[in-house]
Amino acid sequence: MSALLALDAVSAGYGSFRALFDVSLEVAQGQAVGVIGPNGAGKTTLMRVISGLLPLRGGAMTLDGRAVGGLAAHRMVEQGIAHVPENRRLFPRLTVEDNLRIGAFIPQARKHFAGQLARVYELFPRLKERRDQAAGTLSGGEQQMCAIGRALMSRPKILLMDEPSAGLAPLVVAQVFELVRRIRAEGLTVLIVEQNVQQVLDVVDRAYLLEVGSIRLAGSAAELKGNDFIRKAYMGL
Amino acid sequence: MSARASTLLVGAVLLVAAPLVAPPYFMHLIIQVLLWGFVYTAWSVMGRFGLVSLGHGAFLGIGAYVPALLWNYYAVTPWLGIPLSVVLSILLGLVIGYPCFRLRVVGHYFALVTLALGQVVMLTIVAARDVTGGSLGFTPNNVGYSWYAFQFPEKTHFYVVALVLWLGGLAVWRAIDRGVGREALDAISEDEEAAAAIGIDVMREKLRVTVISAALTALGGAVYGQYMMYINPETLSGIAVSLQIVFAAIVGGMYALLGPTVGALLTLSLNEGLRVGFGTSFIGAANTIYGVLLILCIIFMPRGIVGMMRGATTRRARTKPAPAE
Amino acid sequence: MQGWADGMDIYLLEAVINGILLGGVLALLALGLNLIFGVIDVVWIAYADLVMCGMYVIFWLYADLGWPLPLACLAAIVGVAALGVLVHLLIIAPILGSAPINQLLATGGLLFFLQNFATLLFGTDFRNIGVRLPIIELGDIYVSSARLLAFAMALVGAVALWLFLRRTYIGTAIRAIAQDRDIVGLMGVDQRHVYLVTSAIGGALAGLAACLLALQYDVHPFVGNTFGPLIFMICVLGGLGDMIGGFVAAFIISQIISIGGYYASTELSYVLAFTLFIVLMFVRPRGILVR
Repeated sequence: MSALLALDAVSAGYGSFRALFDVSLEVAQGQAVGVIGPNGAGKTTLMRVISGLLPLRGGAMTLDGRAVGGLAAHRMVEQGIAHVPENRRLFPRLTVEDNLRIGAFIPQARKHFAGQLARVYELFPRLKERRDQAAGTLSGGEQQMCAIGRALMSRPKILLMDEPSAGLAPLVVAQVFELVRRIRAEGLTVLIVEQNVQQVLDVVDRAYLLEVGSIRLAGSAAELKGNDFIRKAYMGL
Repeated sequence: MSARASTLLVGAVLLVAAPLVAPPYFMHLIIQVLLWGFVYTAWSVMGRFGLVSLGHGAFLGIGAYVPALLWNYYAVTPWLGIPLSVVLSILLGLVIGYPCFRLRVVGHYFALVTLALGQVVMLTIVAARDVTGGSLGFTPNNVGYSWYAFQFPEKTHFYVVALVLWLGGLAVWRAIDRGVGREALDAISEDEEAAAAIGIDVMREKLRVTVISAALTALGGAVYGQYMMYINPETLSGIAVSLQIVFAAIVGGMYALLGPTVGALLTLSLNEGLRVGFGTSFIGAANTIYGVLLILCIIFMPRGIVGMMRGATTRRARTKPAPAE
Repeated sequence: MQGWADGMDIYLLEAVINGILLGGVLALLALGLNLIFGVIDVVWIAYADLVMCGMYVIFWLYADLGWPLPLACLAAIVGVAALGVLVHLLIIAPILGSAPINQLLATGGLLFFLQNFATLLFGTDFRNIGVRLPIIELGDIYVSSARLLAFAMALVGAVALWLFLRRTYIGTAIRAIAQDRDIVGLMGVDQRHVYLVTSAIGGALAGLAACLLALQYDVHPFVGNTFGPLIFMICVLGGLGDMIGGFVAAFIISQIISIGGYYASTELSYVLAFTLFIVLMFVRPRGILVR
C-alpha cells in the first residue's frame, strides 16, 4: 500500500518553544490512522503542521509523492488536505449552507459544488433540514457534522480530524464515530487525533502514540489495544 | 563632568541667553516649541498608558476661550479666567472619563469618543458665533503691557512663562514616570482585568492621569491664546490639531521625557523651514511630508525618535499563545 | 399630497425627507467603514479623505479635462478602489500585527498626507463641478433631484454590496473572515487576498459616495473633516463592524441633523448629534443595536 501522506522527522513549535520532535508517520491511501496521547502532547500542533497553519521547522512532508512541507494553509487545501479543526470552529453567524459553501472555496471544488453538496446532505440529512439555520445555533453533534461536511466540500484526498469528540456528550460521541465509519466506507483516507482512546482505536486501522512531542508507539489498532502500557495509562484497565 | 551634566549645562546656558541675543522671530519660534512641547507632553501623560485621546483640542479650546471671553465681556482678569478654564477642563475630563472607564470604553472606542468630544467643543464654539465670533475667530481686547490682563507685547515675558510651563510639564511627566502610579498604569494598559484582580484601583489611576492631562492642556491653550492674541476654533479644537498633538508626541516618542518636545521641535522646524524655503507656493508641503513621516514612523519606529535612540525594545511583544494542547 | 400634508409643517416634512436623502450617502460610507473594520479590524481614520480624493478626480476629469460625467464618475470609483488597495498594501499590511491604536494612527498620518497633498495640488479654494440638477416639486415640497439621485444610487450600491456578500464565494469568505480569521485558511481562502478585495470594495464605496457628493457639494482638501467624524460616530453607534447597525444609525443621525438644523442651526444640530453620541456611548458602549 502506498503512503498518501508521509511525515519524515518533522519538528515544529511556537516561538522558542518546541512542540514536535522528529515526528515520522505515514497514512496509506484508504486507511484510517489515529494519533492518541495526553493533553499537551502536541496532537493539535501536529494537525496544524499538516494542514499548513503552522510552519515546519525541520523534516519533510509529502502528499501523494509531492513535497508539501511549508505550504500555507490555503495551498494545502488545493493539494487535497482538509482539516476539521478542534472545537469545530464553524462560522457562527453564517448559515449551515454558507458554511458548506465556503468549504468549496477552492476553484476545483467550486466546479463540483452542487454535486458535492448533495453528497454531504446525503451523508448528513440533519444538515439538510437545517440548511438555512445559523451554524452557531446547532447542537454540538450537528456542529460536528457541519464541520466535517464543510471539510468534505473541498473534495479532499485526506481528511484530518482534530479531537472530534471534544466537548460532546457520550451518546453524541458514539454518533460522531459512526459518521467516521461511514466516511471511511466511502473510501476516504482519514487521520484522526483523539483523546478518547477506546473509541478511536475501534475505528482506525493503525495508530500512533504521541507523548511530549515524540512518537512513542506505533502499530495496528489491534496491537495498540492489546498493549499493556496503553491499556493502563489511557484506557484505565 | 558627565556627558549628561554638561548637556544640561549647555542647555541651561542657551535657555538663559536666548532672550538676550535672539531676534524676535526666533523668540517666537522658541516660545512655540516650548508651548506646544508642553501641550504634547501633557497629552502623552495619558497617551503613554494606552489612553489615546484624539480630542485634546477640546481642552485647548476651553482653555483659550474661557479666559478670553471673560476678559472681553466682563473684564475678568485672566489670572482668574485661566484657573477657571482649567477647572472646567478637569470637570469635562471627569465627566467623560468616569463613564468611559467604568464601562470599559477603551482602545478604538475611546479614541472615537474623544474625537467626538473635540468635535462637540469646536462645533459649540462655532455655533455660539454671536458670542465667540464663530469660525472667524476671537480677539481678546488688547490693552498693551498689563499684568492684570496677562498681556505682554515684548516676547521675553512670554518666553519665561512658556519656559516655566514647559519645565513644569516635564516635572509632572517625570513625577508620574517615577511615581508608584506609573507601574499601576503600565499594568492597566497591559491587562486591565489582571491589574484589577491584584487590587489596583483602575478607575482612580486612569482618572488621575486624565485630569492631569486635561488641566495641563487647558493651561497650554490659555497661555497660547494670551500670547497669540487671536484664537480660532479650527486652530485650537479642530481635528487637525488634535491629531497633530498625537502625532508629534508619537513621532518624538511619548515614552521618553523629552520625546514630545522633540516632536514639537520637529513639526515646527518642518513647518517653518518649508515656509521660509518655499513661501506660499507650497502650502501644505510641510504637512504632507509630516503625514508621510508619521506613517513611516508608526511602521518602523513605534516608540518614536527618542525611543529609538534610546535603543528601547518594544515591551508589547506579541507572541501567539500555543493552543491548549 | 395637499391632503395629508395639511396640519404638518411643510418645512419640517422637507427636513425629514432631506434627512432621509442625506442618510443614504452616509449609510453607504458607514457600510464601507464597517466592512473594512469587520474584516481587517482597522479603522481607516482617513476614509472621508478617500472620498475627497474621489471628488477631486471627478472635478479634474470632468471640469478640467472635459470627460463625460458618467465616465469621470466611473474613473473615480475605480480610482479610489485602487487607492484603497494601496492603503492596505503600504500602510495597513506592514503593521497588521501591532497594537490596534498604531493602525488607527497610521491611517491618521494618511489623513494628514491626503489633505495636504490635495492642498499642494489644488490649493485650498472650494471647487464645484458646476452640475446643476433641477429641483423637483412634489406638491408644496421642494426636493433637490441631485439629492434624490444620490439617495437612489446609494441604495443601489448598498443592495449591490449585499448581493455580493451573500451570493458570491469571495463575499461569503469576507463574511466568514469577519467571524473567524484564523481558520479560513483551512477552507482554501487566502487571507491576504480577502483583505485586498475588502480594501478595494471599501474604496469603491468611497468612490461612489464621492460621485454622489460631488453632485451636491463643493470640493476642497478639508471637506473630509466635515463628514468624517460623523461617519465614525455613526459606525460606533451602530456597533463597529455591524453593517446593518451602521446602516440604520446613519439614517437616525441624519434625521437628527436635518430636523435639528430645521429647528436650530446646523452647527447646533451637529453638537446635539455628537453629544447624543457621547451619551449613548455610555449607555450602550457596544452600539445601540447590539444583539
